Amino acid sequence: MAFSLTPERQETLQDILSRYPNKMAATIPLLHLCQEQNGWVSDEVVDYVATTLELPTAHVFGVVTFYTLFFTHPMGKHHVWVCRTLSCALNGADEILERCKDKLGIDIGETTEDGQVSLHTAECLASCGTAPMMQIDKEYHENLTLDQVDVLLDRLRS
Amino acid sequence: MLKQTKILTKRYDLDESWTLQTYEKTGGYKQARRAMRMTREDIVAEMKAANLRGRGGAGFPMGVKWSFMPPKGDKPHYLAINADEGEPGTFKDRTIMEKDPHSVVEGCIIGCRGIGANAAYIYVRDELHLSKARLWDAIHEARKKGYLGAKPFGVDYPVDVFVHTGAGAYICGEETSLLNSLEGRRGEPRLKPPFPAQYGAFGMPTTVNNLESIAAAVPILEMGGDNFSQLSDLHHMRDGGSRLFGVSGHVNNPGTWECAVGLTLRELIYDLGGGVKGGELLGVIPGGSSTPILRPDEKVHAPNEDDPMHKWHGQSVLDVPMGVDTLRNCGTMLGTCCATVLSDQACPVLAMHNLMRFYRHESCGQCTPCREGSGWIERILDRIVAGEAEIEELDRLHEIAGNIMGNTICAFGEGTAMPALGFLKKFRKEFEDFVRTKGKSSTGRLTIAASSDHRAA
Ligand SMILES: Cc1cc2nc3c(=O)[nH]c(=O)nc-3n(C[C@H](O)[C@H](O)[C@H](O)COP(=O)(O)O)c2cc1C
Ligand code: FES
Repeated sequence: MAFSLTPERQETLQDILSRYPNKMAATIPLLHLCQEQNGWVSDEVVDYVATTLELPTAHVFGVVTFYTLFFTHPMGKHHVWVCRTLSCALNGADEILERCKDKLGIDIGETTEDGQVSLHTAECLASCGTAPMMQIDKEYHENLTLDQVDVLLDRLRS
Repeated sequence: MLKQTKILTKRYDLDESWTLQTYEKTGGYKQARRAMRMTREDIVAEMKAANLRGRGGAGFPMGVKWSFMPPKGDKPHYLAINADEGEPGTFKDRTIMEKDPHSVVEGCIIGCRGIGANAAYIYVRDELHLSKARLWDAIHEARKKGYLGAKPFGVDYPVDVFVHTGAGAYICGEETSLLNSLEGRRGEPRLKPPFPAQYGAFGMPTTVNNLESIAAAVPILEMGGDNFSQLSDLHHMRDGGSRLFGVSGHVNNPGTWECAVGLTLRELIYDLGGGVKGGELLGVIPGGSSTPILRPDEKVHAPNEDDPMHKWHGQSVLDVPMGVDTLRNCGTMLGTCCATVLSDQACPVLAMHNLMRFYRHESCGQCTPCREGSGWIERILDRIVAGEAEIEELDRLHEIAGNIMGNTICAFGEGTAMPALGFLKKFRKEFEDFVRTKGKSSTGRLTIAASSDHRAA
């Protein structure tokens, strides 16, 4: 089925287009907007973005595959990102990650069976002074303890 | 010397510091108003006098960079602000966006005026949702007041500011990759020349500045460039002003502070950072993971009296004021000025492994030496850590890193190879022991405290 944005997001798109001297520059913001609605970037989304911005499909697909935050297959409703780069690793990132895996019963890159949560590792999220940290959807959770991880993950699935 | 300042951070502790109301109550937008009535040359002259060395990592003087922009013709000029903040260990620009976003907007107005641009794009990594929201709110508030738009402060010179988001790629912090990403392309770095000042965003003359650099344009105009520069102990080396310093890793009190340039690593680690947590200092990465690690027993060697480093001859590198040129002379770089501390309870082999995994993951894949080299480095380290490597493989690591240097389009290659060589040279004994004993010589860990018992939030 062809993809299209909700009327509200159509308006946001018009605002996005007004910021740039050409349509191509809207590629990444528009992909974000579509993914926010659809949960992932399907072939239909790629076609929609290409048509809307008058770009070759191959261009849009090339962009999608370059950036780690665009998903090319369906994902969980929520995303958990555990930072594992050096400052976090020096402060217990491995344990945080293990706890997430145990608690969710999935490995990195997987989604829980109920489709609620996808688990990812992240590279340095500019939160090194408050390590260890993880991001859940749009929120940062810093100075994490294992107990807090439990509470946060329970909250996601209740 | 430790001199804490409250210039860039003067609003950090105020209530609702991110609102226009607080901003204007504390002198905000006066300099943008002034700048709109100054000539480009006068603005650039102040920036040059300020000796502000780019806060994004390379340390290029901001005023000089602005002066490379061509005179205004019929082509539009652009200002691109780098808030990708992806360099591991770096967490400073985020504080400005969250706590004082109007200073960024005001800096952009001054910057646009100084380089002949009418639009600024602030490139923020996607994950920083609060930062993006604060910047947009500030932009909307400023627009409503008429500080942005067709006639900012009543002057017939349109200026607008936009936030553009990335989508998770460290390489997009590299300035030409950032420009490609802004244009809606894959974030692959471009060959230079042409430099952004000739052919930048959308093929037009563009200046790329770090977010902290542009925010500093406001106090530079307010104080006067020369006064700003003189805050620094390294004013005589043309490294001026005050800046944000950060420290994380194995310290008791991680965080960011604003200090005059001239702070030493020892002051950063012990006086501000509260000292090393869980052991003695093994090493410190001075300014983001691309800057080679320093050991506390390294000494400055500059016996010649004409050497700019002679003043610190024989002293520990920890006691050298942190500057762009001083740290380069110590064989490393100041980078982003956010240090990462390793205690001797952590294993340097595992630390290098962690970082080299990062670089392999983030290489954009455009240049073969970087794409393949970063992969080989990681795989050899995988083998070392698994206790399967031979001692000769340490030399292979040197070779591979050496072959990346100078053979790539952008500085990501050096940013991978230099810290790799730093770890290998400075911890040669630890690496050899690790390989020989299959890891038994090492503490076998990076974390020194169980995460549940440290620093209750
Ligand atoms: C791989 C790589 C990543 C970089 N990441 C950043 C970054 O996240 N933020 C930043 O300001 N500069 C970053 N830089 C430096 C920029 O290329 C550029 O020098 C800087 O934005 C210029 O601004 P400044 O002169 O004000 O420092 C990076 C450079 C490289 C090679
Ligand atoms: S290393 Fe985890 S936020 Fe920087």
